[in-house]
Amino acid sequence: MKQLAVLAALLAPLPAMADIDPADWGAVTTEAAGQTVYWNAWGGSTTTNDFIAWVGSRVAQDYGVTLTHVKLTDTADAVTRVLSEKQAGQDAGGAIDLIWINGANFAAMKEADLLFGPYAEQLPNWALVDHENKPALQTDFTVPVEGYESPWAMAQVVFVHDTARMQESVGSMEALLDWAQANPGRFSYPQPPDFLGTTFLKQVLIDILPDPAVLAAPATDENYDAVTAPLWAYLDALTPHLWREGRAYPATGTAMFPLLADGELDLSVSLSPGAASTAIANNELPDTVRTFVLDKGTIGNASFVAIPYNSGAKAGAMVVANFLMSPEAQARAQDPAILGYGTVLAMDKLSDADRALFETLDLGIATLTPAELGIVQDEPHPTWMTRISDDWVARYGVAQ
Amino acid sequence: MSRRRLLPLLPALTMLALLGPVVAGLWGTMLPAFGHLPAAGLTGPSLDPFRNLFGWAGLPRAVMLSVGTGVLATVISLSIVMLVTAGWSGTRAFGVLERLLSPLLAVPHAAAAFGLAFLIAPSGWLARLASPELTGWDRPPDLLIVQDSWGLAMTAGLIVKEVPFLLLITLAALGQSDAQRSLHVAQALGYGRVTGWLKTVFPRVYAQIRPPVYVVLAYAMSVVDVAVILGPNTPPSLSVQIVKLMAHPDLSMRLEAAAGAVLQLLLVIGALLVWRLGEAVVAAFGRRWIASGARGKGDRALAVLALTAGGVSAAAVFLGLVVMAIWSVAGFWSFPDALPDRITLANWSRFGPGTLEALGETALIAVVVALVALVLTIGCLEAEYRHGIRVSQRAVWVLYLPLLIPQTAFLPGLQTLMLTLGADMGRGPVMLAHLVFVLPYVFLSLADPFRAWDRRIGTIAAALRASPDRILWRLRLPMLLRPVLTAFAVGLAVSVGQYLATLLIGGGRVATLTTEAVALASGGDRRAIGVYGLMQTGAALVPFALALLIPALVWRNRKGLRHG
Repeated sequence: MKQLAVLAALLAPLPAMADIDPADWGAVTTEAAGQTVYWNAWGGSTTTNDFIAWVGSRVAQDYGVTLTHVKLTDTADAVTRVLSEKQAGQDAGGAIDLIWINGANFAAMKEADLLFGPYAEQLPNWALVDHENKPALQTDFTVPVEGYESPWAMAQVVFVHDTARMQESVGSMEALLDWAQANPGRFSYPQPPDFLGTTFLKQVLIDILPDPAVLAAPATDENYDAVTAPLWAYLDALTPHLWREGRAYPATGTAMFPLLADGELDLSVSLSPGAASTAIANNELPDTVRTFVLDKGTIGNASFVAIPYNSGAKAGAMVVANFLMSPEAQARAQDPAILGYGTVLAMDKLSDADRALFETLDLGIATLTPAELGIVQDEPHPTWMTRISDDWVARYGVAQ
Repeated sequence: MSRRRLLPLLPALTMLALLGPVVAGLWGTMLPAFGHLPAAGLTGPSLDPFRNLFGWAGLPRAVMLSVGTGVLATVISLSIVMLVTAGWSGTRAFGVLERLLSPLLAVPHAAAAFGLAFLIAPSGWLARLASPELTGWDRPPDLLIVQDSWGLAMTAGLIVKEVPFLLLITLAALGQSDAQRSLHVAQALGYGRVTGWLKTVFPRVYAQIRPPVYVVLAYAMSVVDVAVILGPNTPPSLSVQIVKLMAHPDLSMRLEAAAGAVLQLLLVIGALLVWRLGEAVVAAFGRRWIASGARGKGDRALAVLALTAGGVSAAAVFLGLVVMAIWSVAGFWSFPDALPDRITLANWSRFGPGTLEALGETALIAVVVALVALVLTIGCLEAEYRHGIRVSQRAVWVLYLPLLIPQTAFLPGLQTLMLTLGADMGRGPVMLAHLVFVLPYVFLSLADPFRAWDRRIGTIAAALRASPDRILWRLRLPMLLRPVLTAFAVGLAVSVGQYLATLLIGGGRVATLTTEAVALASGGDRRAIGVYGLMQTGAALVPFALALLIPALVWRNRKGLRHG
């Protein structure tokens, strides 16, 4: 083993060259040309996969960057990967150049110094981003972003229902419970620790708590049990009336589309306000599907990409991140025939031609207007999600 | 280096390729299982990983699922194959079933599982065909058929894939068991067909097919892709839980994963020992039953039941492929319509380019691995032939060893080990890991035809002063073209179907049709799954068709070689 260690030390790459300066955009694009960027992103959604493939063809055309989509089943895999590389001493040329990251994983990676940056606010297209009016672009799950990740889509919890079987919307989680009890087996949510699954649990908590302000601060051993008690009472009442009586859950949000299309479910939940319209366009949902939000509003957040500290193609990764914030990519992402994601850009910062890209978009029959989406609620601190997710698995994930 | 010096090295190289990764992987599993993982800053020994594992509330159920589905799938598929062979071997019905089942061997496990899910789910094709006319269902019933808590759907998925495998193995064994004459004698003495076969032929056949039966048991207990597609999730089976723990962002969870892998290994060893004991018990009862002289009652019913079960299992895979094909061209298709509202090529134009890319990666890996396996196999067999080595039963077990150790027991360890060495991604390591599974199958499918080659031809050629190399290249291999191509096709099919080895050893970067299809499963887009599943099946099946076609073309003017 000792010889192997010596050998490994000899073979280890020389210390990496100094990292590139994100502010020097000319140097970034020069270095990016010819680089291959491995973008680790969840691969379960075919519309997202298509969009990423399109991004790849565009950055190849404009910047000579080759984009490879590494299709994950769970973003946590990518975090594990970078962490393992750091612990194995691989501080350069790592396997991952760009990650589609979510709040909990961002918090974990930022805390462990696994991210390259700050870079996001130096990118040219940052000037077009609506960071003043969209708080979710400044803090991800209450953790300050500080330029360590760049946004590319806005998300908000919406409920998706088939009006052929469920005409009325429900205005609160209490009303949802009443409806589920009257219509057993027709509602479900993805199985935590799936991201949307845990988001649904947080949405329940925010909606039924008299004062959800406590969730903005980290969960403590003192307040956790008392704060979450109503959530578990709610779930105990709901679970027997879920699809398959809660003995099985859909794996992800998109896995609920076929169930909705076949009439196994009448109601499901999504984080993408435009996804239902997109699914209708792709023959995955009937055109009787519509979306609604709760009276008190629903959780909203932003989707980000981040660059690991040991990426071997940081310049290429920044080029991709910048392109994702371009009016061209944002307008395409918002098109419900393509992806149906909300844009991160500020319309008043765009040129007339760029603004026209968005104004001419038909958002689709199942998509709510920004006004109809109503109040956007803040994400709770990530410590709540981790504990709630673990407890859910202990209570309902091994129950049968 | 000349071939004369290379040839004796090949058996040693083969052993290394077979056992090296397994031993290294087990080592890489044992260390973290006992708390030693320097990459995570942890040094053992410690029993904490096992304590944490046993603290997981889902463990008893996960273990029960692994053991239950594995044993049940093995018992049922073995029973079907034995009773079908007993009741029908030599008949036309048997010939039909054999021809139906042989190509199914090549259908990858994941594709068969997807097909089955499309078929039997409450909103599946069977329910659509019968609804609402027969069932009265206007919408799918809220029944837990796929992902059921008992793992019955997963067991069924394993059975439909193991029946063809065991049947083909049994057919090979029958040839060496003097089966037909024994059966005639038994029937002349008044025994029923099934009873006579079970009493006279079964003991000899079973002795020969014992290693593959053990392989089926070990595989079924630790399978991951079938369990992900058809198995329950609250909790999942132990093997799926191990893979989940391996992917946890907290690196220290790998210790618990390793502990789970050790438990998986112990469970498989335990199950194999219990199975061995069961063999002794069955043999003891069997001897009394044979000695009792009972001529057998209900033979006919048993035989019909078994043939039906075999037919249903074959039909399930075929219909699964059919419904997958329909989904791949489906427009909007809602329950309870038997067919989509329209047929469209949009899905293929949408997912086609992605599948072609994955097909390229899949084919590259499969061809290289199958070629290496073929070279090693022919090298070993030729060395055996030239040096007159007799192969012992023990050497055969070495071939089966990598297939008997659960994949979840050594692949996570191999990944951890490669990570420490900084060589944990890309095609090379993946090919090495595939070789572990491909080599045994290639060897097993080529060994018998190779050894059965008429040595007298070689002797005559040698008398005409042909060198051993010339005999190999000009006579032996051309005459064995069909078995060589078949072995190559088997190797390709095994490589195409590999899920865990590609996922773990490739570090997620190597995207084959199988890993892409299973990744898509979490998103549930049935059109995409249909396209990928069909491409995956094609990648495994087309080589088999070519293995039949090429010799027929090459030897079209050599009548005697067409079947050789």
